Formats: sequence, structure tokens, C-alpha cells
Amino acid sequence: MTAPTQQPRIGGNAGMDSEYLEIRGLSVTFDGFKAVSEVDLTVLQGDLRFLIGPNGAGKTTLIDAITGLVPATGSAQKSGAELLGKKVHQIARLGVGRTFQTASVFEELSVLQNLDIAAGAGRSFLTMLRRRKSVLPAIEEALETTGLADLRDRPAGVLAHGQKQWLEIGMLLVQNASVLLLDEPVAGMSAEEREETGNLLRRIGAERVVVVVEHDMEFMRQFATSVTVLAGGKVLSEGTVEQVQADPKVQEVYLGTAAAIGTELETETDAATTAATDAAADTAASDGAPVLEKEA
Amino acid sequence: MTSLIGSVRDRLGGSGRESSSLTVLAGFAVAAILLFAVAPAVLSDFRLNLLAKFLCFAIVAVGIGLAWGRGGMLTLGQGVFFGLGAYIMAMHMQLADAARMKQDVPGFMQIAGIRELPTLWQPFASAPVTIIAILVLPGLVAAVLGYGVFKRRVKGAYFAILSQALAAAMAILLTGQQMLGGFTGLSDFRAFFGFKLSDPANRQMLFFIAAGTLLVVVAIARQLMHSRYGELLVAVRDQEERVRFLGYDPANVKILAYVVAAFFAGIAGALFTPIVGIISPADIGIVPSIAFLIGVAIGGRTTLLGPVLGAIGVAWAQTSLSEQFPSGWTYLQGILFIVVVGFIPAGLAGIWPMAKGFVQTRLSTPTGPDAPAAAAAGKPAPAAGNGAARADADTTGGDAADPAKNESDDTTPDEEQKVESR
Repeated sequence: MTAPTQQPRIGGNAGMDSEYLEIRGLSVTFDGFKAVSEVDLTVLQGDLRFLIGPNGAGKTTLIDAITGLVPATGSAQKSGAELLGKKVHQIARLGVGRTFQTASVFEELSVLQNLDIAAGAGRSFLTMLRRRKSVLPAIEEALETTGLADLRDRPAGVLAHGQKQWLEIGMLLVQNASVLLLDEPVAGMSAEEREETGNLLRRIGAERVVVVVEHDMEFMRQFATSVTVLAGGKVLSEGTVEQVQADPKVQEVYLGTAAAIGTELETETDAATTAATDAAADTAASDGAPVLEKEA
Repeated sequence: MTSLIGSVRDRLGGSGRESSSLTVLAGFAVAAILLFAVAPAVLSDFRLNLLAKFLCFAIVAVGIGLAWGRGGMLTLGQGVFFGLGAYIMAMHMQLADAARMKQDVPGFMQIAGIRELPTLWQPFASAPVTIIAILVLPGLVAAVLGYGVFKRRVKGAYFAILSQALAAAMAILLTGQQMLGGFTGLSDFRAFFGFKLSDPANRQMLFFIAAGTLLVVVAIARQLMHSRYGELLVAVRDQEERVRFLGYDPANVKILAYVVAAFFAGIAGALFTPIVGIISPADIGIVPSIAFLIGVAIGGRTTLLGPVLGAIGVAWAQTSLSEQFPSGWTYLQGILFIVVVGFIPAGLAGIWPMAKGFVQTRLSTPTGPDAPAAAAAGKPAPAAGNGAARADADTTGGDAADPAKNESDDTTPDEEQKVESR
């Protein structure tokens, strides 16, 4: 278990040789349609950044562009190394990892095998042709961090939805990714699983650049240290949760959807509070994260 | 005998249980005894030669099991590599026969009026060059092909069609080549590296070579399947894009499996020629290429021994049935293929785990030993959470108290889905 030395905080806990993600003027065009347009974004190590925005705002496309899945113009640098124009697996080797909206673990392989594969991109040919004899320390650590240690020999396919997402995050950890791009990690999770995931992100976020694309506003309020709002492919607003929530432009974009999100959350949190009052209270207290009022 | 069944069962079980090195050795020992002692003792020379031919198919099948079963590449064109190995061997044997009779060109060329040895043939007069070519060329061709195909992310049905088209093209090309015997191919070999093929002892030696090769090939495939590479190959099969995001180039992973499969097919072809005594375009085109596949599908493509037993079994059934019902076999083969693909997608090797799963589902009790360890992990128990959020609508709700049942219900549709998606 690694006790993070620092909690994620606004503006990051950057030291001299810390990691950062710097995006300048990034645009993605599909057949003349600008899905992402001139986006500037800087995330420093230790800043748990949430990327929110209405559907079609270009959040996932932005992540796709950074990870090499779609071609883009502009610049995206990880700690000084340019990512755009490189192939997907080359970007991954530079330490940029991502997850997907639908957990995409290797279902027929065990949890341990999944992690071992994630850890092995730099292995030599001869190492690959040999059997896995022991468990790497990094993998043990990831098993502990993600709470999957007891499930290590289970096929990943039988894991619960939330556990699969944790496994994905664990795979990013052993992959040695220092920039983590998570696409809706808590979608479809139960209240308890969200809680666990949020805490997991806080544990790992201190030493890495973490960008979370999320629709779940409650989750965002609870765990984000800073927020970037995208709308129509452009950066609309950026700042702390309070700043962003107070921004009239953001309120305008979310007008109409906010009410719907609010009611949805109302019922969900009601159910959750009965089930996980203790856990939630604990986290709120220990994290010192202010439990914010929902926007009307 | 029970140990044999046990070890076979272990390995048919595939990735599930890792058999200890002792059982593996025992398995190989039993196979060796069967092939090297029992088979020659109980089979006539004719039958033994037939079995040798089947072993050649089994060697191809091991490669297909690796590329298709583990790597998800539906190789419908292994005839290309089989043919390469077979024709190289055939050319060498023709030239060796001609040299022994102090002739410049093989007999069939003299009949066709070819007086000068074509350039293509010249290197294969030398035995070492021939052997090296058999070991290297099929794999090299596969590497070039694989590089072109997999780097461009051609996969699935497109890859299958492409590979099949290659087999067809190769057969057509060979049919048009008078200097390679054309439609009738190459035959009438007298000796295999100096050993007369008319001598039954030498023919038995050919069987032993095929048997030994099969054992080595199975051992290589086993090592590959259980290595880290083997795990990665399965990962590429199931989630190719995901593997890319972990920093691997999946094309390289696939190319290796494809090359190994081609390597095996080439060796099998080279053994096929002296054992059967003829190689012609009809042995390497589309139909034989698909026939290679049927045994693998029936035996169980994801397992180590399934393809071997399947290939031998199908070839044996074909021979013995067509002796009695000359036209019946084609129908039976079709029916068998449909039944296996439709109802036992994991092949005959899948019947045992399927039956085991069925029995476990029936016998499982709420306090089953392998209840999901989620609760033990100190994490919120998944089944007890709000099940609606998770997409497992197939669990017949309220089964949270019966985790073992819940789990098996969960797994079965998953597996079916995966098999279909391949």
C-alpha cells in the first residue's frame, strides 16, 4: 500500500521534475465538422482534473486525439514530449494511459494476467517467450491499490462492472502511465462503487496527471480538484468546482439538462445515503472535500 | 490408461488448469509410446502410412490452433505454406532421383520436352539448401504477408477471405506451371534423402519422423501458449485495440503466431510429399485448406490437443468412411462441421468443461466454496449493490443469496457471446 505523500490539489502539487500534460490549439475535424476546436488545456501532476460538458462537447474526442486514436492538429505534449502524430502504442509507451467508457479488460484472462500484460510492453522477445514465474512488485502494489488482491486468479470476465473499471485503472498503474485519461470511469456503477472509485482516484492522483471525463456531476463535485468545461468542442470555462459552477456561461450550457441531472441525482443519492451513509460520511470527513449544494 | 485420460483432459481443458510438469511429461511419454510402439505393432504398413499422413495434417492443425484458436486469425489458406514445403521437398526428391540415374532433368520433364533444368529448381538439388528452405521459406512468406496484412489492420472475415484467395491463387499458379508438373503435380519419388521409399522399413521411419515432428511441434505450441506471449496473443484476439493502448503493436503479436503456423504447415507439407508420394495443386487449394480447419474446429481450436486429435480423427473418419460410402463422407463432414460450430463452438474439447459447468450449476449450493470473492475483498459486494445499474439483466434477480448460481448464470452467456464474436 502506498500512502500518497500529498493529496491532489488545485494547480497540482508540482515539483521540479513533475509530469504535466500540455495541450495547445488542438483541433479535430471529421469531414469538415470541428469536433474539437483550438483547445488549450494544461494539467499538472497531482491535479485531479475533471472534464465535463454536454453530450457532443468533444470530451471523448479530445482524449482520442491525445492517445492517437483520431488525427488532430495543434500540439499535445506530455512533459515536453509531443504526442500528436505518434502511433497509439508509441503514445502508450510514453506513459499516457487511458480507459474506455465500457470496461475493456481481457475477459478470458485472469486479473493477474491482465495486469501482467499491462506491465509488459517493454519486455524483450525472449522474456515474452517464457512463462510468468513470479508476480512483479508493481503488480502486487496495483492489486492492493485497486482492492483486487483476492480476485487475482479469477477470470476478468466474471468481475463486477465496478471491479472491471478498477482493474482497468490498475492496468494503467502497472503500465507506468503518468498521464491517466479516464473516460467515464463511474458510469453504471453503484453508489458504493463510485465512492470507492473516487477514493482510488485520489490515492493515485497525487503522483500522476489524472484527467477524468465524467457526466456524473455529483461525483465531480465530490472528487474534482479542478474542472474544465467543454462545449461545442471549445473550452468554455476552467477553475475550481465552485468557480465553474458560478460561471454563468456554464449555467447557460447546462440549463435544461441541469434540472434533469439534478432529479436523477436526487433519487440516486437518496438510495445511496441509506446504503452507504457511513462510507460517504467517512470520505467526506477525511478528504475534507466540501459537499456542495446541487445547482437548481 | 487413466493417466492418459487425465492428462489429455487436463490439456483439453485449455487455459483453465495448469498441469504440473510431471503430468505433462507423462502425457508426452504416453503419446510417444502410442506413436512409436503401439501404432507400428498393431497397424499394417498401409494403415501406418495412412496414419503418417494424418500426423502431417495434425502438424498443420497445431499451427492453426495457435493462429486461429489463440490468435483469432481465421487462416483459410494454410495450403499456401503446406504447398511451399511440399513442393520444395518434391523438387529435391525429383532431382535426387534424376541425379542417381545420371540424368540432367527429372523424368517428367524429359517427357514434356524440357531439356534444361529451370532456374527455380537448381537450388534444391542440394539437400541442406532444401531443408533450410523448408524451414525458412514458409515462415518468411508468412512474415511478409502478415506484415502487409496486419499492419494495415486487416482482420476478421477480410483476413479469412484474403488468406483463402491466396491458397486459390497458389493452386492456380501451380496448375499453370508445366515445370512443376502442372495439374498432375509431382509424383513417382524413389528415395527420401537416399533411403529407398519402396522399403517398408524406410516407410516406417518416415512415420517415426512425422510422429517425432508432431511431438516437437506440440511442445513448441505448448510453450508458446503458456508463455507471456501466449497470454498476450489471447488478449490481442479478444481486445486488439485495448492492447494497443497498453503500448504493444498487436500486428507484431499476430505476425509471430501466423509465422509459427506457417512454419508448422511448411514442415507438414515437406513430410506429406514422401509419405503420400504425390503432391499436386489439388492438395493445397481451397478445399484442402478448409479441410485442415475442420479438424481443428471439431477438436477444439483454443486447446493444445484438440486440433491434433480433431485433425487425426476427421482424416481417419474420412478415409474409413469413404472406403465404404464413397460419396457419403462429404455430407457427413458438412453435418459434423455445422453441428460443432452451431452447438459446441468450443469443439469436442469443449464438451468436458461444458458438462462440468452443467453439473456444477445443478449441484451448486448457496454455500459453494467458490462464491465470488468480492465480499472477501472487503469491497461492496457486487450482487448486493444496485443490480439495476449493472447490465446483467440475465441474472434472475434476487439471487444475491445464491452467489454460486448467480456466478454460473453470469458466465455462460458471456462465453457464448465471445465465441460468436470470434
